[in-house]
Parts: sequence; structure tokens; C-alpha cells
Amino acid sequence: MALLEVDHLDIRFPLRHDEIRAVRDVSFALERGERLGIVGESGAGKSVLAFSLLKLLSRPGYIAGGRVRFEGRELTTLSDRQLRRIRGNRVAMIFQDPLTTLNPTLTIGRQMIESLKAHRRISERRARAIALHKLRQVQVSSPEQRFEQYPHQLSGGLCQRVVIAIALLLDPDIIIADEPTTALDVTIQAEIIALLTQLCGKHNVGLIVISHDLCVIGQLTQRLLVMYAGRIVEQGPTREIINDAQHPYTQGLINALPQMTLPRQRLAQIPGNMPSLARVPDGCAFHPRCRYRFTPQGRLRQACVERVPEAVSSGGSRVACHWVRELITTVPIEEEAI
Amino acid sequence: MIPFLIRRLCQAVLVMFIISMIGFAIQGGLGDPVQQMLGPAATEAEATALRHSLGLDAPLWAQYLDFANDALHLDFGRSYFFHEPALSVIARYLPATLELVAASAVLTLLLSVPMGVFCAIRPRSWLSQTLMGLSVIGISVPVFLTAMVLIQVFSIGIQVTLFPADTGWGHWLNQLFSIEGGMPAYGRGNPVHVLGVWYTNFATLQGILYLLLPAFSLALVMLPLFVRLIHAEMLEVLESDYVKYARARGLRPSRIYFLHALKNTLLPVVTLGGVQIGTLVAYTLLTETVFQWPGAGLMFLDAIERADMPLIVAYLMVVGLLFVVINTLVDLLYRLLNPRITLSGRAA
Ligand SMILES: Nc1ncnc2c1ncn2[C@@H]1O[C@H](COP(=O)(O)OP(=O)(O)O)[C@@H](O)[C@H]1O
Ligand code: SF4
Ligand SMILES: [Mg+2]
Repeated sequence: MALLEVDHLDIRFPLRHDEIRAVRDVSFALERGERLGIVGESGAGKSVLAFSLLKLLSRPGYIAGGRVRFEGRELTTLSDRQLRRIRGNRVAMIFQDPLTTLNPTLTIGRQMIESLKAHRRISERRARAIALHKLRQVQVSSPEQRFEQYPHQLSGGLCQRVVIAIALLLDPDIIIADEPTTALDVTIQAEIIALLTQLCGKHNVGLIVISHDLCVIGQLTQRLLVMYAGRIVEQGPTREIINDAQHPYTQGLINALPQMTLPRQRLAQIPGNMPSLARVPDGCAFHPRCRYRFTPQGRLRQACVERVPEAVSSGGSRVACHWVRELITTVPIEEEAI
Repeated sequence: MIPFLIRRLCQAVLVMFIISMIGFAIQGGLGDPVQQMLGPAATEAEATALRHSLGLDAPLWAQYLDFANDALHLDFGRSYFFHEPALSVIARYLPATLELVAASAVLTLLLSVPMGVFCAIRPRSWLSQTLMGLSVIGISVPVFLTAMVLIQVFSIGIQVTLFPADTGWGHWLNQLFSIEGGMPAYGRGNPVHVLGVWYTNFATLQGILYLLLPAFSLALVMLPLFVRLIHAEMLEVLESDYVKYARARGLRPSRIYFLHALKNTLLPVVTLGGVQIGTLVAYTLLTETVFQWPGAGLMFLDAIERADMPLIVAYLMVVGLLFVVINTLVDLLYRLLNPRITLSGRAA
């Protein structure tokens, strides 16, 4: 049994006129100590998926179907009180912008101590000692001084270290990090990535990292989910996906990376935009942007516009594309402007 | 901290200077004290003599300097009516007003915070909807109307005779819907001396009873505004990352609402509160009239009627000073609540 199992998860936001289906039929598992990445363009439903794991969806989102099991225990039906024992304690979260994540009116120390006291019966002094120890672990300089400071007195990178320290405070089994480096300077990103990798390895913490940036994910994770329009389109070992992407969308993402492009070759951006999750195209959601929806002879492949592709094994991954096994051998026609 | 205090002090002095100019202008421009003092039968010579003895024939700037100098020595002249220093008259009446303002400020805070927070965290409950609806109405209802209604309901009482009184159940229903009333709504009752100097309504149950209706009707001026502000701020704060993060850390809802969210909500509330305390003092004029509360407001209106110039000017100056002091304190409080503003006055 995996530490965390997500099964056919379905999340919707009923709005006045239509319904947003932010996550559809998502299944994956996380083993103890494993580092898993979730990648996809902005608006793919990554954050919604992350928050739903702890039932922290904002209104009017709700879990319309599927299961989330943590250590075999179903989370979607737990009461708030039961969930509270898991949140921050067994499963911790790291948010995108450290400066808005920490409460501006409370000191760093107060926020660390309250986290500890929410889950353990310990004295103020003991809590303080643990918190200072964790601050040292994330290499925060002069932690005693930081302890008394307010978030705005710290830099973004330092704040994110504090947030990581808070995530580690209660020795969780899983840390979910939603774009942990996106709001930071490029120079600091690498440090934070190294820190997360090192600490999760050391404490055997399972990590779920979300990012729209394949470079970040590539460095941090062992396994990878690629999301498009609320669905997982490819899932497998990170290295294999980056070296040999199977799904046309993943290939597009990788071709768009600067360092993957050979000299003099232009950056291959995927044409078009991801659809709004309120109006996802029928069939394969990616088809309006996919050059392979046509046969090499230029005929439209009916399956692409009519049926949602099932995940099949290809290369080292599971890939949701009707034609993935044939694509490898076919040469696509050159795309005209879409 | 020190530069901030110095700057605030300079501002306070400037504001007091302007207020003193207004006070001075009123003194010279409203009614003729000489005629008031001497009555219609006086001769022109008598009037000139009195004018000279009061310094009213000197040039304007000299008169102002005189006025300012006296004011700095807390001398606003003698009340024409009470025949004693204007400041002592005010000192006698002001505590009643301050007690009224303090009581209604406390009532406003005690009621608006729970109401605003409740409406924000339970937006769908019927109670929230009712409260928010009432707050819209409340903002536009004039204070004397609410005061009248309060007096009718809680002081005079309501006698329901809708049901046939000769049947047992009719009598019972009439009783059920009737309101006894009986709350004091006139004057201050019998305030008691505390520690020899403080003449107060707070020390006895009876005193508090007398304070209740006037204070509540004054509180109703602010309450709807505060409920709406706290509600709106709270809604915004509840959407913030740090509240979501607090939930993700497994903190208890009470801690999230009343520490994490409320602390950030209170910043604008404190600002509004500071501004509104001025309004509150202004509204004491109405409230004190309706309830015949023997405070400085009532005294001020009487003084206007009697053209008791020293008293009018002294009231304006004292209330002006009160504003300045309160606003400075509110500013300080705001800075203490908001760590992003350092006390030197610059945003960090
Ligand atoms: N509170 C909300 N109300 C309505 N729709 C929402 C809400 N939160 C997210 N969504 C919908 O879910 C989609 C996916 O959002 P998100 O998970 O934040 O994307 P990302 O992959 O960039 O993290 C959004 O485009 C939006 O349509
Ligand atoms: S199913 Fe068709 S449209 Fe979708 S990715 Fe595969 S080839 Fe492209
Ligand atoms: Mg996101």
C-alpha cells in the first residue's frame, strides 16, 4: 500500500452559468520518501489538485468523485476535526509566495510555535527550542533574531526557508509544495531546490512538487505527472519523460525549454492556448493544439476529437493519447498556422 | 518612535492653532457680549467702558494674542450665565459626555466585532443575512429616530391589546408580546463619587442602567458602519494566502478567525474608529438632548441659546483638543498593531 493514493479524483467548481471541471479522473500514488512532480501550464488544475488532497479547496470547489487515501485512510470523508490532525502534522504544505503565506501581523516565532502547539502538548520553551532547531536545519542565519522578526523584515528567499522549516516542524510524512520557487529570484531558486531535495531525502519525507517549470521539476523529483486541462496526460519516471517524452503535449513542453533546443533552432512554443476549464474540447482536450490529430496524409483522426484517450503504457510511462504507439514511427506533416 | 511623536506633536499644535483661530473668530463674530451683559437699558458710554475693559477695542491681532495667551493659561473667561470660569463649567459637564462616549464606543466594539466576524464566516445563515440587511437600514436612520424608538420600546414600553383580553389565552398572548419598558431614559440618575474626585455612572448598577439607553442609541450611529466594515475586511482577509496557510497548518478555526484574520481586519477598523470618535462626540449633542443627559453637549446647546460666548469657545477648544489627543492615540495604536509601519513613521 502506497503512502498516498489518489483514485479517479474529480473536482468541480459550480459557477452561476457553467461548471468548471478543474480536475478529472486523476489517479496516482506516492510512496514513502518519494519525490513526485506535477507539471503543466498555468490553469491546468495543479493547485486545485494539491489543495484538494487536504480538502482545502476554496469555494465553491468540491470533490465530486474519487478518493484520496493517506496510509489507507480515506480523507475525502473525514470531518474537519479529523482533517485538522493531519494538516500541517502528517501532511504539510508550502505555498507559492512566501511573503503572502506568513501572517504579516505575527512574528516568525509566534507562527512556528503555534504550529507546534496545534498538534502537540508542549511547553512554550520546548516549542521554541524545536523551532530554532528547524530554522538552523534550513540554514537560516541567526535564528534567535529571526524568531522575533515579522515576515516583511525578511527577504523572499529567507521567508521561504522559514516556510520550509514550518513544514518540517512536526516531521510530516508528506510535504506538498505548490510552486515553491516561482516567486523567488532565479539565483535563490536553486538554493531552495537543493534544500528541499536534501531535507526530504534526509528525513524520508514524501514530496509533491508542483511547477509549471520543467527545470525545477527535473532537478527535484523522481517521478512526474504531466497535467493538461485537468487531466493527467503522461505519468512516469522524471528522467525518462524528460529524455523521451511520449505525449505530444509533453514533447511540446520539452521543446519549449531553451536549453533543450539546439543552436539556430527556434524555440518551439506549443501553438495556441490551453482552454478554459469551463470549456474543455471534446475528445482529447489537447487536440486543437496537437499536430498529430492529422494523419501524415492530412486526414483528421476521428478518435482525437471524439473519444477521451485512455492511459496506455509507452516508453517508461503511462500516456493518454490514442496514437502514442504510432506517433513514434510517423513523421508529422508540417503545421500551418493554427 | 521619538521622531514620530515629535511630528505628531507639531501637527497637533498646528491643528490647535487653527481651532483657536476659529474659536477666536466665533468669539468676535457671534452676538454682542456687551449688550448681553449689560441688557437693553445700558447707555452707550457704559457699553464703551465695558468694551474697553474687556479689551474689545484693541486691534484684531492683539485681541487674538490676548485670547491665545489666555487659552494657553487655560483661561477662557467667566461664563456669563454660571458666573464662574468657563473651564470649570466644562470640567463639571464633560465627564458625563466622556462616559457616554466611552460606553457607546465599548458597546460598538463589543457588538460590531462578533457581528462582523460572524457575518463573514457564516455568510449564508439567516442571522448574517438579517444583520447585514439591518446594517444597511441602520446607516441611513437618523439618530433621534432610533433614540425615540428605543425610548418607546424600552422605557415607555409597548402594551399589546391585539388579542381579546377577556379570554385567558388572549390575555396571555397580549402579555407575551407586550414589553414592560421601565428603562431610565431621562438624565443621569444618581452618579456617585469614586475616590473623591470621579463622579461616575459606572460604579453602580443603577448608574449603568441610566447610561444604557443613551449609550446604546449613540452606539447605533456607529454600529452599522463598523459591522459592514469588519464584515467586508474579514471577507477579504479570509481569502488571503495566510489564512489558507493557517488552515493548511491545522490550526483551530477559533484561532484562525480571532487571531490570524481579526488582527489584520482590525487595522482599518482602528483607523475608522479614530475618525468616528469625533463624529461620536458630535452626535452627543443630539443624544444628550433626547435623553436630557447632563453632559457637555447639552451644556453647549444651552450656552448657544444664551449666547454664553466664553462657554461656547471653551467647549470648542476643549473638544478640539480632545480630538487631537484621541487621533494621536489612535495613530499610535495603529502603528502598534501594524508591524509593517515602523514607529519612525516610514513604511518599512
Ligand atoms: N476558487 C475558484 N473558483 C472558481 N474556479 C476556480 C477556483 N480556483 C480554481 N479555479 C479554476 O480551476 C482552474 C485551475 O486552477 P489552478 O489549479 O490554480 O491552476 P494551476 O495549474 O495554474 O495551479 C482555474 O483556471 C479556474 O478555472
Ligand atoms: S489523442 Fe490525438 S490529439 Fe490527443 S495527443 Fe494524441 S494525437 Fe494529439
Ligand atoms: Mg497554481
